[in-house]
Amino acid sequence: MANLRIEHLNKRYGATTVLNDVNLHIDEGEFVVLVGPSGCGKSTLLRMIAGLDGASGGDIHIAGKLVNTLAPAERGIAMVFQSYALYPHMNVRKNMTFGLKFTGVPPKERDRRVAEAARMLRLEELLERYPRDLSGGQRQRVAIGRAIVREPAVFLFDEPLSNLDAALRVSTRVEIANLHRMLKSTIVYVTHDQVEAMTLADRIVVMNRGCIEQVGRPLDLYYAPANLFVAGFIGSPAMNFFEAMVERVESGCACVAGPGFRSFELSAPSLKVGDRLTVGVRPEHLGRGADGPFAVEGVVELVERLGESSFAYLRRGDDRLFVAEVRGRQTPTPGERATLTAAARDVHVFGASGLRISTQSDG
Amino acid sequence: MTAEQRVRSLSVHLVLIAYSVLAVGPILLVVMNSFKVRSAIFGAPLAPPDPTTFSLIGYQRVFRTAHILTYYSNSLIVTLVSMALVLLFGAMAAWALTEYRFRGSTALALFLSIGIMVPIRLGSVAILNMMRSAGLNDTLTALILVYVAQGLPMAIFILSEFIQQIPKDLRDAARCDGVPETRIFFEVVAPLLRPAIATVAVFTIVPIWNDLWFPLILTSSDSTHTVTLGVQQFLGQYITDWNSVLAALSMAILPVLVIYVILSRQLIAGLTSGAVK
Repeated sequence: MANLRIEHLNKRYGATTVLNDVNLHIDEGEFVVLVGPSGCGKSTLLRMIAGLDGASGGDIHIAGKLVNTLAPAERGIAMVFQSYALYPHMNVRKNMTFGLKFTGVPPKERDRRVAEAARMLRLEELLERYPRDLSGGQRQRVAIGRAIVREPAVFLFDEPLSNLDAALRVSTRVEIANLHRMLKSTIVYVTHDQVEAMTLADRIVVMNRGCIEQVGRPLDLYYAPANLFVAGFIGSPAMNFFEAMVERVESGCACVAGPGFRSFELSAPSLKVGDRLTVGVRPEHLGRGADGPFAVEGVVELVERLGESSFAYLRRGDDRLFVAEVRGRQTPTPGERATLTAAARDVHVFGASGLRISTQSDG
Repeated sequence: MTAEQRVRSLSVHLVLIAYSVLAVGPILLVVMNSFKVRSAIFGAPLAPPDPTTFSLIGYQRVFRTAHILTYYSNSLIVTLVSMALVLLFGAMAAWALTEYRFRGSTALALFLSIGIMVPIRLGSVAILNMMRSAGLNDTLTALILVYVAQGLPMAIFILSEFIQQIPKDLRDAARCDGVPETRIFFEVVAPLLRPAIATVAVFTIVPIWNDLWFPLILTSSDSTHTVTLGVQQFLGQYITDWNSVLAALSMAILPVLVIYVILSRQLIAGLTSGAVK
């Protein structure tokens, strides 16, 4: 268990910058999820923490120790790979103990750790089997077991659930959460799946194009995204965006108008007349009949029924589509005209630079 | 199966059968005739031995007159030691060239691929001179050195391809586990290369075992002759002892056959892996 400090980390391959001045502090015992679209540098960051890739600049401290020049094994990390990366010619027990031989763990201690990990991960029956005889979920548990027996200061997970089918992904996700509760270890976890990120993380790090866009607790990211990228990335289906402009300002209240929605009043003192804005509203916050300052009208084009709710795709005045989540059995029919509203606290406003503009309803 | 499919599969099989007969025929002829008396070899070369023509005279003569066992053990030593060295150094070099980027690695890989294209026999005179000045003339060591040089480029080429197929995550996992680089090679990578190693082993062994050229120019005494060279003493300018030649050749086939059978399962896996995945 240890904290992790990353300062001004850079990674360049020739002319391309993969990571650009990344700063991140992770507390002891914290479960941090790195999330972002593919190619955003999250896996590279993880590999650099592991010591598998070198840095072009910047420092990595694990447990207060500068580890820039240390080999992976000396950093006190253990990594779980997306492909499991089990040694195919060794049985489960050997897979778990192989690395311990070289790090000076005496045989008795090795056996104890394997027994402990096997109990925790329900691998006792499988210890003498080979990876080829195991199912995907079992292989993933062995890979996690191999990390546990190293008793690392920091666990690194690189998209560990991507190769599993949907049902197994959910159960393994729960297992990883339980594991974190039991071991109370520091975990850095990379995924592109925001459900994994939201459910597992103490804090989420949203990355894009080699930079950190926002670091925060899952619900903070959801309810108060710092910028357009985070707003669009967190949440499914993605947030609806409407282009807007400030028309009038009267005693701290700005009147915001734009194509496709009814103009509304916004209490944001920093706004000036003529400011270009982007207004964002999540599909699940758009409702029929509810009253709110924000109202948008559209014609239903397509309805996706999920059971407990449906996603309605509507074409609005300026000929663009937006999505609304409709709960209950009553689903809208294509061709129907509907007016949807959202409460003031569910309306996100972003400035021309893409950064969030705080409004008074943010509280 | 439609008529067209049947015709197609029949024609494919005809070609394959014809090829097999062509390839196996001469070997069968050698083995068959090695068990016949001299007159029967010339009288009816295509007939199998029958009670009247059966004879072991060739084998008796080979064992009595020639140092066949010495030749045999020389061939075995040269072939097996060369193979072991080619596999060891080939795999290590292939690993280094694919896994690590270092100054001159591309040039080195290029240099080695030139070795595949240029036949080593072009350097016979230079090799002979080198061996003589190194005092290695007429030794098995000389042969082994030449064969290792001959086998290495191809071995490195084939093994590099296979090493690239081993998932990178596996090496990274081993590094995170704290396994030293040499142990990663010998205990993680090498076991996974088994099919490739079997393939390279067969490709290495056959030309070495069958080679006549280098034993001819590099060895001069009976104690260093190999089987292929030893057989030549039965081929005279005026009289050729066909019984002995055929008997010795039949025996020379055996070891390669045995090695092939042992490696064949791995070999097939090696030849087809990558094609069917």
